[in-house]
Amino acid sequence: MTGDLAAYLVFFLVIALTYALSCLGLNVQWGFTGLFNVGVAGFVAIGAYTSAILTSGPQTDRLGGFGWPIAVGWLAAMLAAGLAALGVGAVTLRLRHDYLAITTFGIAVTIQLLAMNLVGLTGGPFGIHGVPRPFTGDVASPFGRNLVYLAVVVILVAAVYVLLERLVQSPWGRVLRALREDETAAVALGKSATVFRLQAFVIGATVMGLAGAVYAHFVGFVAPEDFLPILTFQVWTMLVVGGSGNNRGAVIGAILVWALWSGSGAVLVAVLPETLQVRGAALQTVMIGVVLALVLLIRPRGLLGEATVVSPHARVD
Amino acid sequence: MISWQDVANGVVLGATLGLGAVGLTLTYSILGFANFAHGELITAGAYVALTLLWLLAAALGVGLGQWGALSFGWPLLILVTGSMALTAMLAIGLERGLFGPLRRHGTAITVVIASFGASLALRSLIAFLWGPEPRYFTREIAIAREIVPGVRVTADQLVVLALTAALMIGLHLLLAHTTLGRAMRAASENPALLGVTGIDPIAVAQWTCLIGGALAAVAGVFVGLTVQVRPLLGFELLLPLFAAVILGGIGSVHGALAGSLVVGIAEALSVPLIGAEYRAAVAFLVLLAVLVIRPGGILGTSR
Repeated sequence: MTGDLAAYLVFFLVIALTYALSCLGLNVQWGFTGLFNVGVAGFVAIGAYTSAILTSGPQTDRLGGFGWPIAVGWLAAMLAAGLAALGVGAVTLRLRHDYLAITTFGIAVTIQLLAMNLVGLTGGPFGIHGVPRPFTGDVASPFGRNLVYLAVVVILVAAVYVLLERLVQSPWGRVLRALREDETAAVALGKSATVFRLQAFVIGATVMGLAGAVYAHFVGFVAPEDFLPILTFQVWTMLVVGGSGNNRGAVIGAILVWALWSGSGAVLVAVLPETLQVRGAALQTVMIGVVLALVLLIRPRGLLGEATVVSPHARVD
Repeated sequence: MISWQDVANGVVLGATLGLGAVGLTLTYSILGFANFAHGELITAGAYVALTLLWLLAAALGVGLGQWGALSFGWPLLILVTGSMALTAMLAIGLERGLFGPLRRHGTAITVVIASFGASLALRSLIAFLWGPEPRYFTREIAIAREIVPGVRVTADQLVVLALTAALMIGLHLLLAHTTLGRAMRAASENPALLGVTGIDPIAVAQWTCLIGGALAAVAGVFVGLTVQVRPLLGFELLLPLFAAVILGGIGSVHGALAGSLVVGIAEALSVPLIGAEYRAAVAFLVLLAVLVIRPGGILGTSR
């Protein structure tokens, strides 16, 4: 029994921390720069599919299956998601803020269509199976393998966290916040709004691509229904609940909302009769929607909220 | 090979899109945010009408009937008006309970997140209440007749076109000649000045939601009649709707209608070229092209 619980806990944490990666990526875009990305699922999907296509074994019925090393696949996933963001951002970031929202929504819908229909590359509705997992040869038990993967994910989240913290505390991060708060003032000081926004958007998407790859290599397959708009929505709720503009908040929000999500799923399975199970999944989404709306209305800063940053040279008496 | 038949299909699709796009463009300019839940108003409109049909059948034993070559009869009018009223109430409810309070306290973009959340929650709620399987208003097969050589349309489709045209003319008259219409245009151009003149901006916002919701309901019934009713019905129209609104220029009713026709025809023409499964991507390409070439839209002001 305790073994089961430990196994579930490890599984839970791996998934929650994968979400935390996406959430950290979104935090660079929304939390620090104020860029509204409604296509999180699209960028995560790009990462997942890129790595899956490059690293899986030889395929007969579709392109891909190059059997590349996993690390290379992950780097390629980050690169592909970043390039997609570069394309979208170059078109929309010079325009009104909400155009980015609509365009990123379009990207997610289009990626979903491609994943579904471009059977020769993505495997269509059945997706890609046999995505390899690192260190499978070294550890015998499934539990041990999950534990090793958890260690990998923890290291990745920690690394991304430290890197992003350094970035947002650097002068570069200060420009992002300045642009978010008062674009006119920042531009008057000679900072190009479009260039800085584009950089933040691409960096955020890169992290989301990594999240997609990490997810794909953990579950061992990718399929279109893993990247529906609900994923975008979950990541947004995580960030808003945890506190946007706070990287610790992003990680805590991810774990908390994922616990709420899986917990409510388990309750619904236990409570609802067999015939209503499929519909029960819809109730879960409604509940998360209500949580998001309530947090936005009652505590818009989220649990942790953004720390007020004062210049280190300023005197506070 | 492009045929006139595809163009005709595109016009019918464009007319239905137009009903949604006009509401979306009004809320966009008057309430000041991109409402991602607008697609779900269309879905709700279709399901409300369908439920009214069931109630009608259960209470009075009246079906949808059949009127000449149409696959429906006079009860459709009850369904449409009933659905318009209830969907408009849903739209006003969202504005009162969620969007309005957020607009007054938060930033414009928080409202967009909230609308994205409301969209998913409503879609899931609809799937929970009515089930995920597709439903139909009628099992009658609408017969397409040749009206000009090479173009066949069903009588239902002609009614859709005529009703859309009538609603659009009505909306145009409302915006151009009534006090409410003038207040709505003022709200989109200069909200601060509107308040100074003693008009309640909250009332204007709710009237806008009412009009947007009612038109969305009609669009939902039309899609339900000509295709089928599914929980994803409105969500799948959202990208074409946004493309049409931005193509037409945000806030422009005529532009939204013209944009809808362009997007509808582009989608219909793309089917023989690249296949039906990529239709939604066509709307995305139109959207990207507009953003690159003329981000203000055809009839919009460049902002």
